[in-house]
Amino acid sequence: MLNKQIEVKNISVKYGNHIVLDRVSFEIIKGDYIGLVGANGSGKTSLVKAMLGLIQLESGSVIYQNPNIKKGYLPQIALTSDRLFPAEVKEIVGIGLLSKKKRPKIITKADKVKIDDILIRLNILDLKHKRIGDLSGGQQQRVLLARAMVNKPELLIMDEPTSALDPRVREDFYKLIQEINTTDGTTVILVSHDLGSVQKYARKMLVLDREVVFFDAVDKFATSLGHDHFHLEAANPHD
Amino acid sequence: MTNLFGIIGEMMQYGFMQRAIIVGVLIAICGSMLGIFLVLKKFSMIGDGLAHVSFATVAIALLLNTSPLFISIPVVITASLFILKLNEKANLHGDAAIGLVSSFSVALGILITSVSQGFNVDLFSFLFGSILVISQMDVILSLILAVIVVLTVILYYNDLFAITHDEAFASVMGINTKYMNALIATLTAITIVLGIRVVGTMLISSMIIFPTVTALQISKSFKSTIVLSTVISVTAVLIGVVGSYALNLPSGASIVMVNALLFVLAFGFKRIR
Repeated sequence: MLNKQIEVKNISVKYGNHIVLDRVSFEIIKGDYIGLVGANGSGKTSLVKAMLGLIQLESGSVIYQNPNIKKGYLPQIALTSDRLFPAEVKEIVGIGLLSKKKRPKIITKADKVKIDDILIRLNILDLKHKRIGDLSGGQQQRVLLARAMVNKPELLIMDEPTSALDPRVREDFYKLIQEINTTDGTTVILVSHDLGSVQKYARKMLVLDREVVFFDAVDKFATSLGHDHFHLEAANPHD
Repeated sequence: MTNLFGIIGEMMQYGFMQRAIIVGVLIAICGSMLGIFLVLKKFSMIGDGLAHVSFATVAIALLLNTSPLFISIPVVITASLFILKLNEKANLHGDAAIGLVSSFSVALGILITSVSQGFNVDLFSFLFGSILVISQMDVILSLILAVIVVLTVILYYNDLFAITHDEAFASVMGINTKYMNALIATLTAITIVLGIRVVGTMLISSMIIFPTVTALQISKSFKSTIVLSTVISVTAVLIGVVGSYALNLPSGASIVMVNALLFVLAFGFKRIR
């Protein structure tokens, strides 16, 4: 029997009178790698925010089989990028260890080892003492991935993580996420405009247009919807 | 140097100067420790907005012939929370929310002042700061506030750091971001009310913004920015108050000028480094 991890049940989200998600339902199995795609305004970011409890639901529910599931979140880089922010990489990555800690939430020696471990794994240990604002877009993205990964999450949600990266770095990034998914068994939800990469690396695809248009294995996508939808997306990769 | 110590010794013989130094240093500590969270969250002008609310409450207090503190503290705290709510619920950016509350308060203060003539001199001391009006009660309240601010920053350091960097991620980490924002807004409100005695309504926001922005020029880490901005702010207050006494200048403006000078030095240091 498949191990159901999350059930998204009939959720709707409204901003004012504008419906951004309309009775969306699907289930996620432990270890899934889901590519979440859709046009601008299709509700992708709202869906992941709803799953993370960052916005209020108009109706429906998101049920985690384990309510204490460890979550990692990688937001769009533009939302966190501030060149003036005075923090070293190790401080930023340490934020990922704060959940479940008791006040005053001190970063312990064991935590510092965890920070070093994830920096080594993501091949950015040399950035440990660098100021975050001094890093390139690709380096910053790896640091934010380290922040999301440092607590060994069971669920990793990423919102257009590669939008600021050049093609070569983007490819490396996707390979890294695939490795995290297969080696650690981490469930991955990847919001992306990059349909080609989603088809290459994800195992399932969820196409959203305020409601679920398609949710199944990636290889069933082309046969089920035809190529029109694919071309529409691929023509505007950074919309 | 002997002359400087002579001036300080003479200055410290006066009770009002002792109170000015103590309150000034305590407000400098509070303003700079809270400043980093406000500046980096692009909420730094909240100090200015709340100072304008304070102006209105002082006008009301003088009209009612009561102590401004008892009206200012609850009203300014309410205004700070109202600004947060406007930002959150009314879909207004922080600067617009501050602008609304700020201009409304100044207008209210002006109307009250024009209707009830006779306390313009008192109001002037709140507008530009006057160390002569600092009371023993201000010293006690500033001390309590400074202890609360320092303890809050120590106990909630990592939560505050997390919400300042990325509020959404902090929320995913289980941090109550609304509570933390309300806590910072409340402490800022009290700091403003007590701080306008020293530097005045017009200049109090400088005690929140200047030290942090100066420290940001040279600090690499978050912790070092907090420590450095506190040192800068206390230094500016000490030099400003002593300088204003020695040269017979207004204390508030002198503190701000020292802060501006320190910023220029830090900026220059960053450029040549």
